[in-house]
Amino acid sequence: MKLVNLSITLFVALLFSLMVQATPVDTYEFKSPSNQKRAISLAHELRCPQCQNQNLVDSNSPVAQDLRLEVYKMVDEGKSDDEIVEFMTSRYGDFVLYKPRLDPKTYVLWIGPFALLIFGFIIGAVLIRRQRHNANSDIEMSAEDQQQLDELLKRNK
Amino acid sequence: MKKLVLFIPLALFMVMGIFLYQGLFLNPQKLDSALEGKPIPAFQLERLETPGEMLTEADLKGQVSLLNVWATWCPACKYEHPFLTMLSRRNIMPIYGINYRDERALAIKELRREGDPYTINLYDKDGRLGLDLGVYGAPETFIVDHNGIIRFRYAGPIDQNIWKETLYPMVQQLQAEAKADGAA
Repeated sequence: MKLVNLSITLFVALLFSLMVQATPVDTYEFKSPSNQKRAISLAHELRCPQCQNQNLVDSNSPVAQDLRLEVYKMVDEGKSDDEIVEFMTSRYGDFVLYKPRLDPKTYVLWIGPFALLIFGFIIGAVLIRRQRHNANSDIEMSAEDQQQLDELLKRNK
Repeated sequence: MKKLVLFIPLALFMVMGIFLYQGLFLNPQKLDSALEGKPIPAFQLERLETPGEMLTEADLKGQVSLLNVWATWCPACKYEHPFLTMLSRRNIMPIYGINYRDERALAIKELRREGDPYTINLYDKDGRLGLDLGVYGAPETFIVDHNGIIRFRYAGPIDQNIWKETLYPMVQQLQAEAKADGAA
């Protein structure tokens, strides 16, 4: 019986030791559920500078943990999304944004696809119009042409 | 003229191809520092060797210097350490260390064993200064001019080649600038 008690105590102790090892970030307590929602969605939109293909929530690198915690703290301090994004980009550059900002450097990125789409429409329209024009002109054949054609056909016989 | 128009798609394709081909040789791990052109962020940290002695960004200003982020848990830092020690003996510029997210005792022990290239070593235990500097991995080295403005960031270990080809020319140029400033 004593052995059972001991093993239960040990088990419970082990269980708690696991909890202690969890990173402080992941046990972070938000002031309100709405803060938590905002912070996590914001951290999802920021890229981890070290692992590059993961966002701050998914990544377990120490830098991502630090930055995640920083985002959480700033949200709880009542900072706006723009302020937090500004904090991150002033340190890690525009690279950390998954959604690039609209500025002269990124015009090509934002406007490029629409410009190409319009360009494609214009080319398509020109081609279709030209084809229609050609199709119409096919039917109209001058009397002179018709005569020439008849002669050519006759000669071949 | 009409035939030339037919070549437009090919030309576009080739331009795109050149762009994408260049992309193959870019290093995605190499990020431009957002801090270049900005002053060293404000901080208040203890000196590594003497707990309680507070240092601020003012202590690092005045001359062209290297700011090296290092830690005992970082293997690449161990790789560049002998080179930094050698560099410090040449007395070209002060090398300031930021001991990043480390244990003080371990760091002091390491410096005692391997040699200490640092003029001043800051103890950045919770990585606050590292965060403000946009550090995403150690080692990282910043070149700071005589006004305390960060002019260049190199991420990764320094060796003879990188020093000779990239960092030293920049340090020399900044030292010339500092001299011109001082003379004026």
